Amino acid sequence: MAAHSTAALTADDFKGPGDTPVFVDTHGKHHPEGGTMLGFWLYLMSDCLIFAALFAVYAVLGRNYAAGPSPKDLFDLKLVALNTSMLLFSSITYGFAMLEMEKEKRGRMQLWLAVTGLFGLCFIGLELYEFQHLIHEGATPQRSAFLSAFFTLVGTHGLHVSLGIVWLVILMVQVQMRGLGDENKRRLMCLSMFWHFLDVVWIGVFTFVYLMGVL
Amino acid sequence: MSVASEDLHTRGSGREVHEEPGGHGSFRGYMTGFLLSVVLTAIPFWLVMSDVLGSPRLTGIVVMGFAVVQIVVHMVYFLHMNTKSEGGWTILALIFTLTLVLITLVGSVWVMYHLDTNMMPADHGMHMPAAESVPVEPGTAAPPPHQHQH
Repeated sequence: MAAHSTAALTADDFKGPGDTPVFVDTHGKHHPEGGTMLGFWLYLMSDCLIFAALFAVYAVLGRNYAAGPSPKDLFDLKLVALNTSMLLFSSITYGFAMLEMEKEKRGRMQLWLAVTGLFGLCFIGLELYEFQHLIHEGATPQRSAFLSAFFTLVGTHGLHVSLGIVWLVILMVQVQMRGLGDENKRRLMCLSMFWHFLDVVWIGVFTFVYLMGVL
Repeated sequence: MSVASEDLHTRGSGREVHEEPGGHGSFRGYMTGFLLSVVLTAIPFWLVMSDVLGSPRLTGIVVMGFAVVQIVVHMVYFLHMNTKSEGGWTILALIFTLTLVLITLVGSVWVMYHLDTNMMPADHGMHMPAAESVPVEPGTAAPPPHQHQH
């Protein structure tokens, strides 16, 4: 009972009927929005660790060119800036879609989601163009440790964005068919977190790989 | 009990409270985040592309600083991170993850840097085929033997 003054959870919170202690918070009192959002956040954090490992690989191997091309020879910063703006625009349009969802305006939400998907497709298109250009020049993943690390890191991010677009299309179809119920709202909020999270990872990519690569 | 715990929650953070904890923000919030992001993206690209600062080392540090600030901006305005959503569990998970990320990154770079300096010829990371690396000038062959022993 001494915990009353200091902890947010007190001994009384763990009391079930008849003074038997309860160790699982079945009332959901401390997770007011249900477990899904927190669970999805934990998934994003684990995804963050995947990217951390890939960033670490790039940090270690990023200067091992094996007498091959270096970032200065390969990267076109104008293309990267365009790509970055695509992802940034898609972030804000997804935000607008969420605001329309709040106002229960399904049509306008769908429109903003479609715009988001198009920006995402532009991003993927530009990235594939860049990859194809690099491979055409002989800068394949097999060329050097730097290029292996580069393609793995940037490719993993691109794969995430591609799957995000697939998810987006599926959700749009589902909203069109089933309406904007609580379940679909929850799913759209999860995708929102996923999408913004990928934008955060991209900040790390364009800074650490592209900008610092050509310095 | 809940009164006491809510009191603790509100007193715990001195930061501004978003419209709805765990909600979707506002138009104003999204626009603020977007404009900040545009500025925080444009400046590092400008610094690197027109080589404003002159020194690659300084530019690198500044660019990294901008990235950190922009990540915080995205977290607050787009991902709606605050100390109260989900009873503080999201921020706790984030802090834990950032700790692991830091250990992964700093640890890898630190260990591999020392491995590199101790095991490779002093040619700044260029892997040479064994046949070519035999006739090396005496002065540049290898680092002094006791330089990097820890």
